[in-house]
Amino acid sequence: MSLPAGARVRVRAIDPDHHTRMPRYVRGQAGEVFAVLGRWPLPDDSARGIVPPRVEACYAVRFPAADLWGSGDHFVTVDLWESYLDQL
Amino acid sequence: MTSSEHHANRPAAARTRQLEERLIAAGLTSDDEIDGFLTKLYASASPVNGAVLAARAWTDPAYRELLLADGNAAAAEAGFSLAPPDRGGYQLQVVANTGHVHNVIVCTLCSCYPVSLLGPSPGWYKSFAYRSRTVREPRAVLAEFGVTLPETVRISVWDSTSEARYMVLPARPAGTDRLSAGQLAALVTRNGLIGTALV
Repeated sequence: MSLPAGARVRVRAIDPDHHTRMPRYVRGQAGEVFAVLGRWPLPDDSARGIVPPRVEACYAVRFPAADLWGSGDHFVTVDLWESYLDQL
Repeated sequence: MTSSEHHANRPAAARTRQLEERLIAAGLTSDDEIDGFLTKLYASASPVNGAVLAARAWTDPAYRELLLADGNAAAAEAGFSLAPPDRGGYQLQVVANTGHVHNVIVCTLCSCYPVSLLGPSPGWYKSFAYRSRTVREPRAVLAEFGVTLPETVRISVWDSTSEARYMVLPARPAGTDRLSAGQLAALVTRNGLIGTALV
């Protein structure tokens, strides 16, 4: 999966029992890829000592506050690895 | 550090020391190695560095473009060598304030922060209150910092959850046309580079 800026994505609504860098407040939420940041080791693998860890694209994904909280006119942008996302 | 901050941080300091002792006991590091790392990390880490980048971006449009497109390259051009993520460093992402958008930085999961360009992070940056409220009600949080934005200005919150570290490029204050780059840099504060102050 390689997503361009502007792609619509949904964060997977999962609850792994290991370390992850997927904040709970965006799980299950739809957002838009704002920027492609780079390809970095997946922290879920690194934290578990998996060698070598998966190396994946990491995206800055933007969410409207009203979608996350039911109110607010700001944006929240969260960096999310490919494994955390499904393309819409 | 005030005595109250010191008190509030004591349990964290105790936990940190226990972790250090376990690592030392396991033969993975030593007190000398930890002290050496911290000394090196903090010796040159200061918000003066971020201020230099911001002031240069205000006075040099090509530099501003580079800073927003490739933060590490722009930092290197100004004499600050940032290690990339695959060598234990970070990728600098600079986000610019305009008349329409005000940016603010947070790390909801821990306390990610571009230490080398902003200096050691303030205690409040690591507090549960700042981390939880900034993504939820940034306008109210900013008001508590004394930043009241017009309703027409959209707030953009950046949650540092990866190897990217964010820094805000404040908008250049009005009436500063005649100031030198050095004088401009002196206007920029640490909070301005986090987004909890206008400059």
